Amino acid sequence: MTGISRRRRLAAVAVIALSAVAGAACSSSGGGSSDGGGAYVVWDPYPQFADDSEWVALLKRCGTSAGVTVERTGYDTTDLTNKALLAAQQGNSPDVLIVDNPVISTLAEAGALTTTDENKLDVSSMATNLLGAGQREGKTYGVPIGANTLALYYNKDLLTAAGVDPTAITDWAALNAALTTVKARGRKGITFSAIGTEEGSFQFLPWFWGSGAQLTGLDSPQAVAALTLWTDWLKQGHAPNSVINNTQTTSWQEFATGDYAFAENGTWQLANAEKLGFAYGTIAIPASAGGPAPAPTGGEFVSIPVQDKTDRYATSQKLVACLTSADNLLTTDTTLSYVAPVAAVQDRQAATDPKLKVWVEAVRAAKGRTGDNLGTKYPKISEALWTAVQSALSGGTSPQEALKAAQAAAATR
Amino acid sequence: MPATTRTSTTARDTGAAASAAPAGPPRSRARRPRRWAAWGFLTPVTVYLLAFYAYPLYRNVELSLREYTVRSFVQGGAPFAGLDNYRTVLADPTFWPTVTHTVVFTAASLAAQFTIGMALALFFHQHFPLSGTLRALILVPWLLPLIVSASTWSWLLNSDSGLVNAALGVVGIDPVNWLTSPGWSLTSVIIANIWIGIPFNLVVLYSGLQAIPTEVYEASALDGATGWQRFRSITFPLLRPVSAITLLLGLIYTLKVFDIIWIMTRGGPTGSSATLATWSYRLGFGNLLPEFGPGAAIGNLLIVLALIAGLIYIRIERRQHLR
Repeated sequence: MTGISRRRRLAAVAVIALSAVAGAACSSSGGGSSDGGGAYVVWDPYPQFADDSEWVALLKRCGTSAGVTVERTGYDTTDLTNKALLAAQQGNSPDVLIVDNPVISTLAEAGALTTTDENKLDVSSMATNLLGAGQREGKTYGVPIGANTLALYYNKDLLTAAGVDPTAITDWAALNAALTTVKARGRKGITFSAIGTEEGSFQFLPWFWGSGAQLTGLDSPQAVAALTLWTDWLKQGHAPNSVINNTQTTSWQEFATGDYAFAENGTWQLANAEKLGFAYGTIAIPASAGGPAPAPTGGEFVSIPVQDKTDRYATSQKLVACLTSADNLLTTDTTLSYVAPVAAVQDRQAATDPKLKVWVEAVRAAKGRTGDNLGTKYPKISEALWTAVQSALSGGTSPQEALKAAQAAAATR
Repeated sequence: MPATTRTSTTARDTGAAASAAPAGPPRSRARRPRRWAAWGFLTPVTVYLLAFYAYPLYRNVELSLREYTVRSFVQGGAPFAGLDNYRTVLADPTFWPTVTHTVVFTAASLAAQFTIGMALALFFHQHFPLSGTLRALILVPWLLPLIVSASTWSWLLNSDSGLVNAALGVVGIDPVNWLTSPGWSLTSVIIANIWIGIPFNLVVLYSGLQAIPTEVYEASALDGATGWQRFRSITFPLLRPVSAITLLLGLIYTLKVFDIIWIMTRGGPTGSSATLATWSYRLGFGNLLPEFGPGAAIGNLLIVLALIAGLIYIRIERRQHLR
């Protein structure tokens, strides 16, 4: 009698324990977007914005106007790609996902994003060169929220002292001449980021494209010329050896010391540029033969991931439409120091802040990395490219050999 | 110290006696509920192990045996590929250099961490004034988040503005491209990893030293043993079990070190400081288009390496017990 009751009690305890564990497991896997209610989940790559920032306030406002509450999480950019893929696999993607533009083609390839046919987003006002990164096989998978690109920041005080006119730097020969003059006066030339990640390829592309090279032929003579330009800068002491390990942030820190005449960096540094201890200016990155080189477009896309409950798309669409409406784009892109993806808003930005004019022009001339129908081939090409850049800059191989190996690696995979 | 050991053994004895007593006469009635109770206690552990060890391990093995693309990762239906991923990894021209880096990284780190840790443990065993404070200070690298220590090291070793090159410049030595030349990058990450690993070795070996009875040292002092003789014939042999476990744990930690290398060099330039752990990460997550299969295959190879080390340890342990 006592034995049976004790057994029952123990069995009951075991059942309770098991169901508690199972319940916890269910509720955690069913989290995210699928637990219904008024909460819509938004993931963005802006962890720098806290809950009291203007960006989060805008998200909340858009939620309120769509009649729902918004649950927002900011992730590190590189982390977000993995998070988004895993969430898609587990079936708990966020309702709205804001990701770096080259990731869109990967997620679209995975079948994790809805097309504009399904989610009824209007993308007609967006600049076509920016929208290109979000399109494959005639379908559009997201809306650009803002664009950034690369240009050359210069130290105005230093160049004036050296007698260099930055506006005359329109081709590689003029840039090299300027670097030599600066070096002769005992100052440092240029800093950039050539790290062994996507950032390294991003920074090399303006020179690569500016030489006339194409991503489909990494070992072309033009490509070799571009890599030789960088390698020679290191050999001649125009650029510091640390560029091999520089992220764009560390490269900016080097420029901020005031020792460098030029720095290749992006639109997002504009706010920091105002805090520099010296006068600065920006010029477009010159192409080999003159004129501005096409720089790669950076910046994020707003997308609506695939959901089990397709009735959520209507509200998600309202949220995205609100985030990418002209007035809100202006606010968002001002906080992010991005250039808007819509021509009309770009003009308003340039009118309010004349310094943005260079950037608006650079964005209009820029090219998407995954464009030219490269799509998911781009990541392989890019990895081969940054490896070649690293290998040539660290003195392991000549630019020619490095790029030959890169082309072989990109072609086989 | 001896007093506490004695009390704990008595406690264990009485505990054993207490549990043995009721198991005697009413066997038939007590057995079944007892088994249920045993299962009740086992369930949480089993569920935990299955959910957090067995399932992830199974998934990792499965990942490595199928040909996953981003599409099939999300939508399912990846074709079975047998050992293709392992073949791809083994045939990759970077495989053997990466294995060599892993071995050099692990061996050099372990040897230096253990030697320096042992030296410091012996030093602090002397109990001089402020030794407690100093010992606590040496633990700092262990307490710092790895991102902080790795970033600090990469600033120190920066080619152009690093403190190390500045110090070398004062002595008249040309700057070294610590992190950006293929010849130095592996050395640099090893140095950083040694610095991080010393406190662990120090703590474990120091506690091992405290367990050696002082009587043995007193006896040897009476016999006129020198410091070196005492170390060779008393300290080192009596520390052997502690040393073995320190080295084993160190080996497992070091094999899978990832953060330090990734933050300092990203495994570069051009793979010159890549280990199996960073290579696995690069394949799985370091690219916009992940290659989960080969990445998982390398991860499994690492697990096998750690497992072999564990088995060797158990074998040595057993042999010592038999002796």
